[in-house]
Amino acid sequence: MGTAYNSITFNQAKCDGCGDCMRACAQAKAGSEDLIHARIQILAREDAPVELAMCRQCGDPKCVSNCPAGALNKNPESGVIDWDANKCVNCLLCTVGCAYGGITFDAAVGHVSKCDGCDGDPACVKVCPTGALEYSTAGSLYRRISEREDLFVPGLSACQGCNSELLIRHTLRNVGSNVVVATPPGCIPGMGTVGYNGRTGTKVPVFHPLLTNTASMLAGLKKQYNRLGRDVTMLALAGDGGVGDVGFQSLSGAAERNEQQLFLCVDNEGYMNTGMQSSGSTPAGSWTSTTPVGEAMQGKRTDAKNMAKIMMMHNCEYVATASLAFMDDYYEKLDKALEASRRGFAYLHVYAPCPTGWRFPASDTIEVCRKQVETNFVTLWDFTPEQGLRFTRSVERPAPISVYLKQIGKYKHLDQAQVDHLQRRVEDQVRSLQAFTHMSAAG
Amino acid sequence: MNASKYLIVGSSHAALEAARAIRMQDDAGSITLISRDTHAPYSPTVLPYVVSGRSSADRVSLRTPDYFQAEAINRVTGQALTRLLPAEQAVELEDGQRWHYEKLLLATGATPVIPPVPGLDRIDYRVLRTLDDAIALRDAAGKAANAVVLGAGLVGMHGAENLAEAGIAVSVVEMQSQVLPGYFDAQAAELIRAAFDRQGVTMKMGRRAQRVEPQADGCRVHLDNGEVLNADLLLVGTGVRPVTDYCQGSGLDLDQGILVDDHMATNLPNIWAAGDVAQARDFYSDAKVVTGILPDAVEQGRIAGMAMVEDPALQPYRGGVPINTYTFYGQQAISVGISDTADTAAQVAVDFDAERGYFQKIILKDGRLQGISAINAALDPGILWQLILRRTDLSEVKAEFLAQPLETGRRLMSDTWR
Ligand SMILES: Cc1cc2nc3c(=O)[nH]c(=O)nc-3n(C[C@H](O)[C@H](O)[C@H](O)COP(=O)(O)OP(=O)(O)OC[C@H]3O[C@@H](n4cnc5c(N)ncnc54)[C@H](O)[C@@H]3O)c2cc1C
Repeated sequence: MGTAYNSITFNQAKCDGCGDCMRACAQAKAGSEDLIHARIQILAREDAPVELAMCRQCGDPKCVSNCPAGALNKNPESGVIDWDANKCVNCLLCTVGCAYGGITFDAAVGHVSKCDGCDGDPACVKVCPTGALEYSTAGSLYRRISEREDLFVPGLSACQGCNSELLIRHTLRNVGSNVVVATPPGCIPGMGTVGYNGRTGTKVPVFHPLLTNTASMLAGLKKQYNRLGRDVTMLALAGDGGVGDVGFQSLSGAAERNEQQLFLCVDNEGYMNTGMQSSGSTPAGSWTSTTPVGEAMQGKRTDAKNMAKIMMMHNCEYVATASLAFMDDYYEKLDKALEASRRGFAYLHVYAPCPTGWRFPASDTIEVCRKQVETNFVTLWDFTPEQGLRFTRSVERPAPISVYLKQIGKYKHLDQAQVDHLQRRVEDQVRSLQAFTHMSAAG
Repeated sequence: MNASKYLIVGSSHAALEAARAIRMQDDAGSITLISRDTHAPYSPTVLPYVVSGRSSADRVSLRTPDYFQAEAINRVTGQALTRLLPAEQAVELEDGQRWHYEKLLLATGATPVIPPVPGLDRIDYRVLRTLDDAIALRDAAGKAANAVVLGAGLVGMHGAENLAEAGIAVSVVEMQSQVLPGYFDAQAAELIRAAFDRQGVTMKMGRRAQRVEPQADGCRVHLDNGEVLNADLLLVGTGVRPVTDYCQGSGLDLDQGILVDDHMATNLPNIWAAGDVAQARDFYSDAKVVTGILPDAVEQGRIAGMAMVEDPALQPYRGGVPINTYTFYGQQAISVGISDTADTAAQVAVDFDAERGYFQKIILKDGRLQGISAINAALDPGILWQLILRRTDLSEVKAEFLAQPLETGRRLMSDTWR
């Protein structure tokens, strides 16, 4: 089992490039005001986000592999890559291994230097005035969320290993109680969020619109609250059918009118709670109960549509994709989406692999999520009209799609031509999205 | 017969990295490392520092004994591989013992090339590739007064500096007109050579040793211009060649080294090769090359290990790029990619200041970085290597990159990695 280590995290959006971190580091590590000694280097430039060069304390550190003297080691206790001055021979081969500028030759002291985490109390984090630098573990992120109230009742009846339950509980914890939730027909009301026996499954107002009118109902509610002078968040938790198929016209209309709401699509690639029928989000080749595998047919014949991209073309205030294997990324986007929904329409598309409908073990849900992203089957990005599209995780060097497909029962029958087709489709999607990274103002 | 699921021959960078990659995916399959060396694993790169005394033989091991225990990796030491028996999926060692494998990695590295200089075979010369070589050289240096070093490559240059620092009068004889060819152009090489000159090392550039003559207390080296150098210590550093003697009759495709594909697989089933012994795709051409550098041995070792264990995250090898970081007399020389070009379509920017001993040369083509070499300039070689491998388009930031390669490189990398 791996261990989670504390590490210094950098939130680019919060950094204003003040440089206090560098000054604190140079002071702590060299007793100097010369920033050349800082082991954290921020790269600020006008009109561009601040970038960062520092040791990432990699889990699979190439500086260590490249060291001929055994002078670098990943400390199993602290997770820090320790540098041993007594063994270092100054050959600089470690610097060849690092793609982050995290270990560099410091000419003033005559040897390489790198971040050592200040023994668990990093000087840079303490002085960061904007909170862009934090010292945390992936686990502490969850702890922070779990301190907030769970606004769903215990005992929702989702299937074992359900991604959507995890997602909606985390989401509402973050959104808070000043909200009206709409859950159109699908797994989310199906698992009991709209309630049993006259009681709701949430601790906040929730209602069950039709598949067709979710966005318009939320729009009407929001207008009424606005009229009353109350600032209440409108949140839709909808499945991919309620978003991209029958729900689409009201969704598109609300986006076009820039209604103030946050529309969250939980995409499990089909109508899973009514018996696993195919939807517009079902990828080609998938087995579903309406796209069977037999003599005449080998799963779905047409490709899925890319709803997030379609919503981006509405030029919404905010559009993003997310995966539960990358929670920190999701939380960041959720915050941005909430903020944007005060101004207008925000859309989040979260991919939600379904153990029951897709046929994989319930314990593998997060791993399936991760492989979706690592193969570029799912890409993580966000969009605002000012910023254009920005990948929040690199799409370079993806794993082959077969790595993802082979985990999942609904793809078990695929022949090589179908796998090749999906691989091509993935590559086309990435290329198409990459084109949007170059345009800053869409629409 | 002994058997190991993964059999790895060699126990240096390529071998150790492969073992690590295998254990990431397969925590149970048996792994055995075979090495002809008896010491704990070490790197040839550290040896000049053992000679100089900056490091020592007991401090250079790359893994602790605990590591092999914890990772359940077997070791067989002091046994050279002598024969491959691919039909039986087995190998034979020096003492006749045989090992059966499911997957075999050949990571036997390289060994010094001894030039055909008449008389050399009758001299007790030194080389520098193994820890025993380093200890012998260090001991010899303790007794010597005059040394001749053949070759101004990395081994020769490191050796010459070590010997000169030990108070010995040193001459370096190099056939080519410059030091460290392949990593630095003539102008940069001249800066390095001049530093050696200043330290009193005699640099005989463009000279060939024609014959060597034994003497009671050492030897005499006759150069092609008639000059004669007396030496009580002769260090031969004229290059290396892959260790492939055991491949005889096995059917393995060889050229200079063992030919491999982009997964480090050889032409024979279940046999891979990586590191200094392997000849793999060049980054710049269609040729296959032996790169002979440590970072590549690591890279290739990891790819081979991942291929052997069928790690789905395996990415094919992107091609060999010459890289070196070279410290001499407290100065830093760095070279990533090509250092010279005859290509007229390439853009070459040189920044040179002999006074400060500063040099920086950037070669771009079609907006992409081809190579950068520098002396006493602050750069991140790892970032530059990635910019080359990824063929990152620098057209939009070209002026900035040429003016500030360190900051621009960091910014680009941070942006792609975030
Ligand atoms: C003095 C010196 C300085 C160097 N400096 C640099 C530098 O600055 N930068 C750089 O990038 N590179 C440098 N190098 C090169 C670098 O050390 C090699 O590229 C690297 O060590 C290659 O690793 P490898 O695992 O492929 O092979 P090696 O390190 O050569 O290891 C080969 C292994 O195989 C074993 N072996 C060999 N034959 C047999 C056999 N028949 N049977 C069983 N075992 C066998 C050996 O015992 C050893 O364990 C230098 C090399 C030397 C000698």
